Amino acid sequence: MRLAGAPLLLLAVASLTFLLMRAAPGGPFDREKQIPEQILRELEKKYKLDGPVHEQMGRYLWDVARGDLRLSTQYRNRTVNELIGQTLPVSMALGATAFAIAIVAGSVLGICAAAAHNRPPDYALMVLALVGVSLPSFILGPLLMLVFSFWLGWFPVGGWGELRQLWLPALALSLPYVAYITRLVRVSMLEVLGEDYVRTARAKGVSEARVLFVHAFRNAALPLVSYSGPLAAFILTGSLVVETIFNIPGMGPFFVNSVLNRDVFLTGGVTLVYSALLIAFNLTVDVAYVWLDRRIRLD
Amino acid sequence: MRPSCRRPEHAEPRKNARPVVAALLALGLAGCGAGRERADLVFINGVEPESLDPAIISGQPEGRLVMALFEGLTSRDAGGAIGPGMAERWDISPDGLEYTFHIREAARWSNGDAVTAHDFANSWERTLNPATTSPYSELLFYVDGAEDYAKGALGDFSRVGVRAIDDRTLRVRLRAPTPFFLELCAFQTHYPVHLPSIARHGIDWIKPGKLVSNGAYRLVEWRINDRIRLEANPHYWRAASVRLKTVEALPISQATTAFNFYSTGVADLTLDKGVVPPMLLDELRKRPDCHTAPILAAYFYRFNVTRKPFDDARVRRAFAMALDKGFIVARITRNGEPPAGSLTPPGIRGYDPPAGVPHDPGAARALLAEAGYPGGSGFPPVGLLFNSTEQDEEIAVAVQDMFRRELGVRIELRRQEWKVYLNSLNRIDFDMARSTWVADYPDPNSFLDCFVTGRGNNRTGWSNARYDELVDRANRTLDPAARFALMRQAEEILVAGDVPIVPAFHYVGVKLYDPDRIGGIVMNPIDEYPIREMFRIGGGR
Repeated sequence: MRLAGAPLLLLAVASLTFLLMRAAPGGPFDREKQIPEQILRELEKKYKLDGPVHEQMGRYLWDVARGDLRLSTQYRNRTVNELIGQTLPVSMALGATAFAIAIVAGSVLGICAAAAHNRPPDYALMVLALVGVSLPSFILGPLLMLVFSFWLGWFPVGGWGELRQLWLPALALSLPYVAYITRLVRVSMLEVLGEDYVRTARAKGVSEARVLFVHAFRNAALPLVSYSGPLAAFILTGSLVVETIFNIPGMGPFFVNSVLNRDVFLTGGVTLVYSALLIAFNLTVDVAYVWLDRRIRLD
Repeated sequence: MRPSCRRPEHAEPRKNARPVVAALLALGLAGCGAGRERADLVFINGVEPESLDPAIISGQPEGRLVMALFEGLTSRDAGGAIGPGMAERWDISPDGLEYTFHIREAARWSNGDAVTAHDFANSWERTLNPATTSPYSELLFYVDGAEDYAKGALGDFSRVGVRAIDDRTLRVRLRAPTPFFLELCAFQTHYPVHLPSIARHGIDWIKPGKLVSNGAYRLVEWRINDRIRLEANPHYWRAASVRLKTVEALPISQATTAFNFYSTGVADLTLDKGVVPPMLLDELRKRPDCHTAPILAAYFYRFNVTRKPFDDARVRRAFAMALDKGFIVARITRNGEPPAGSLTPPGIRGYDPPAGVPHDPGAARALLAEAGYPGGSGFPPVGLLFNSTEQDEEIAVAVQDMFRRELGVRIELRRQEWKVYLNSLNRIDFDMARSTWVADYPDPNSFLDCFVTGRGNNRTGWSNARYDELVDRANRTLDPAARFALMRQAEEILVAGDVPIVPAFHYVGVKLYDPDRIGGIVMNPIDEYPIREMFRIGGGR
């Protein structure tokens, strides 16, 4: 049922994006130099932006349904499929690394904080997490660069293509989520640690580490699982800020630049990719739930 | 947007889900050519190019690459001066209307094909064809019949004044003597393109492996928002003189990112004026690797002369006189920009631009009173339109304050996002708007032509028959001195008479590079830096 609704949802996203882009003041062909009337009409014809808006949208949706995301109006010799095809894998590689760091480091720190509840390590971690959550990546990125590139000289200031170039941006992208997940896991761990079955495990003489990381965390991980769905969609499609600061050729900057350029179809394309991933990961989360907890059933 | 979190109800422990990373990582890093050799020159080029099609591009980042890949009948040297290109020589008829270009025998495409006169005629036809949607085709309108062909009034291209007499002779007939025609021949709109590969590959013809070019370089790699790699073209007619064998252009438009890349040695050179952080200018200008030179570009204000209160020339003059240009360049832009009296910047040989309106707040107040607004009383609400960049905002705030202080007039700041701003300009939906113009070729006409009645770039609603006539007459005059005298008279009307615009300052270009390592760069007002002229000093990378 949810699977069947997905294509409809995507078409709705495509229509809404298209309508909003067309309704916004300023168009793709407003240039620094005035474009002659005749050339403008040719451009509108070429990009299928002629005729009444509802017809334009109808034709667009038909193309989208067939998997043709059309030509970019900004990058004149490229299709949106090509632009996304070239940049999405880069964002995904960066995002997957950041995602892994966020989940692993966030979980471990969260468990540690819960284990040390109301003692100095807990307070220290919570202060750090607060800082992490509130530090925006446009400050974090340059800070990391200053320390690790300019002072220590360990990593390059940006670019893409070598493994060395991956770590700083991945860190800049993941740290706010590490902080958030730490808090999330800590709270749910604290809840779980008060449960009877945990007391039973301890009474049976199971080691504390095993109680924390295996018995308690399995249950405490459920909120993390639901959070990780949208997080994955968000982080895998790229970040405008991190990718711009480190000059990484990912998809992130398109979310903002294509709108500023009024690049209708590129905006449509990246929005669709983001929505599709969001739907896919939410479905995955739902399935993971059933798998993690037998009392939940998919309708 | 931040992902939301749903809290589930209590659950029984099962298995934990772990993320899978390795496959994705391999996918993203694959094909990035790890272990590639550093290019002989890496430069920062500003935004990601829209295209590399000479007929389509309009920006400077694209222009720089296209100039490395293609070559016109004429070409520019390191200092920006015009010399031979694909044409080894040319004859000009005594009336200045007919040019006969002799294409050199050694002119070759990067696939070895000969570059012929037919290539030029056919490429110009392509650029003029509205279906090509060239935003710049009007630069070909100096050719007789070209405008009629582009606008559909003339269906037969053989009646346009460009004809290949044989493979190596191109005859061009102009509609009026155009003293800067050889300059235009070195500009992208006049470059030849390899039509057979366009026919074969469609829009993909400009991609690596497909692009056939006739300039000093050929395209070997183009990764979106990452890099463009060029390699010396062995078929280029003066390939022996091209010293940088591999060149990489990095598309970086963020000034701080660009500066990080430059200062850590990833890039050797910054070529785009927007990629030097303004806040570092004071410091950078003292360094030996910072090179500045005035360029042929103006920052100015347009008035909307079609509605009150700027339909009154006295009001426009009053505003022009109240504008403290010295303050803007000394306190805000801080890059040594000269305050501008004229629209045309100084630096065009033989042209002495008029002085414009002086900075005189007293006279400005008197003029405003004469126009019916003594001390600014009764002045209707007006807005100052500008686009959202930090520096433009600072300038707008300063200007707002100047008008309040000197004229007692309160103007409202209208900040708009780039495309919205351009749209407002196009529709002349503003009272006063900040504007920029960069010369396409070093001639006053590149500036003054904008304000001829009905031109798309006029964008003020202003029309003056005498101005139109002077510009037209100047462009029919062969004698350079007489021609510039007419141009000067026209510009006098524009900046001192009717004042539909107020020039504020002329731009200064900034390039960063180590002069002990890189040579062949000569700062020039046209702001064109052919890469084929550059070289590394003392070898090494």
